[in-house]
Amino acid sequence: MRVVRHSFGLISALTLAVAGFGGDAFAQGVSKISGADTAWVLTATALVLFMTLPGLALFYGGLVRSRSVLSVLMHCCAICCLMSVLWLVVGYSLAFGDGGAANAWIGGFGKAFLAGVGPETASGTIPEVVFFAFQMTFAIITPGLIVGAYVERITFPAVLLFSGLWLLIVYVPVAHWIWGGGWLASMGAMDFAGGLVVHLTAGVSALVIAKMLGARRGFPREVSPPHNPGMVMIGAAMLWVGWYGFNGGSALGANGSAGMAITVTHISAAVASLTWMTIEWVKYGKPSLVGFVTGTIAGLATITPASGFVGPVGAVVLGLMAGVICYILVGLIKQRLKIDDSLDVFAVHGFGGLTGTIMTAFLASPALGGLGFAKEGMTIGSQLYVQIVGALATAALAFVGSIVIVMIVRAMTPLRVSEEDETEGLDITAHGERGYNL
Amino acid sequence: MKLIIAVIKPSKLDEVREALSPLGVSGMTVSEVKGFGRQGGHTEIYRGAEYEIHFVPKIKLEIAVADDVAERVLTTLRESANTGKIGDGKIFVLEVAEAIRIRTGETGADAL
Repeated sequence: MRVVRHSFGLISALTLAVAGFGGDAFAQGVSKISGADTAWVLTATALVLFMTLPGLALFYGGLVRSRSVLSVLMHCCAICCLMSVLWLVVGYSLAFGDGGAANAWIGGFGKAFLAGVGPETASGTIPEVVFFAFQMTFAIITPGLIVGAYVERITFPAVLLFSGLWLLIVYVPVAHWIWGGGWLASMGAMDFAGGLVVHLTAGVSALVIAKMLGARRGFPREVSPPHNPGMVMIGAAMLWVGWYGFNGGSALGANGSAGMAITVTHISAAVASLTWMTIEWVKYGKPSLVGFVTGTIAGLATITPASGFVGPVGAVVLGLMAGVICYILVGLIKQRLKIDDSLDVFAVHGFGGLTGTIMTAFLASPALGGLGFAKEGMTIGSQLYVQIVGALATAALAFVGSIVIVMIVRAMTPLRVSEEDETEGLDITAHGERGYNL
Repeated sequence: MKLIIAVIKPSKLDEVREALSPLGVSGMTVSEVKGFGRQGGHTEIYRGAEYEIHFVPKIKLEIAVADDVAERVLTTLRESANTGKIGDGKIFVLEVAEAIRIRTGETGADAL
């Protein structure tokens, strides 16, 4: 994403400097919509939506017990629709619109309801409405990821309220800081497809809401194991395929950058899956399917911020790190800290995204086989500093923002269902349906 | 008449059925059940976390037989379901007061 913006800036600078044209030529120069680029980002948009519906929904649905499977699917569906509407109303404008004097921190309201954006309006080499739709699918999946933290015990109104507020208070500002021309973008922060914007925000907030909501009954020893590992695998496989659009689409063009992003994404997922599998095989004697696909997701999340910046060898390194580090983190959060982040959102997404973000400073360096830094004159050291600042700022906003949001939600509606409803399962008690009528 | 209720290992179901057929056992009811006995439960590991599984999957057989074959059925059942390991299951025998074939109204051993 940043690479394209960079070259787009270069082109307009050239147009002005070399040809010496006025404002009209400038407008012409930048509104060159490419059919190829547009076609690819349209495709990628569909792929990223497919990640949530039904990929993430099935992945999470299979991991819970059978009496709450529908509630998880419902969370993902409802979040998808609610985020889409909020994105149109104000989300996109605040993330990618011009914030005037406050632009370092937040965008403005100028593009609310996509005001002034027609089919011909360009954003880089694609229509802005395509960019809007592509980014909308990111705004959908990010609060969707947090579902994994609160399954089997949260009330449905709390899901809607939390997710809606979270989009506006946490996601939108961070997206603006990094992708919308905010202060982190100015510093040269590198986050190709959302290690910080998507995975770290979701991961940190997952930890916060899991802690404030409390653990599932019987956690950690007496909770039920995943009710349908086959469904988990189907969902993970859909996420894997959809991730081609997530990372490859973030190049915002049909080009080598997209191709490299897809390649490194796949390699990282493959290496991380094998790594996780091997750890379980050695430790417990059996390589499990649920473990394998958890490794897949860890590898995908970890490569995300780095995907357009690193080479294939960098992807192998990140895949290995993803498998080992995320595996350790799952045990640390659940067994040591006793936080019931039920489906390991922080351990897999949060820490994976963080690892990839930090490692980008090293692996993007041409000396280590990378494709170079986003900003001129950066070194590994200076880029590392920027990446750490970005991660700290993102984590801080997600942490504080989530605490405030949970407090607001708690004041408006009960956060947690009764013990009886929790035992009976959310499917019948919250939605009046059963996942399996056998 | 006797009603034989047997809880056995799922992997033994086919062997038991094949062993009992020649003895004149003309029907049985099979259910998938869960429970525990001396074998207790076991643990399963997902994402490195151990889950205690208290109830082990078993197969429950219900077989009604005439008194004269009951002894041989029980012996064959015990032998065919035996692996020699803990968790092979149990057999219970109950007296049956009456049996009725719904289609014809036959009663007693004729209904079996």
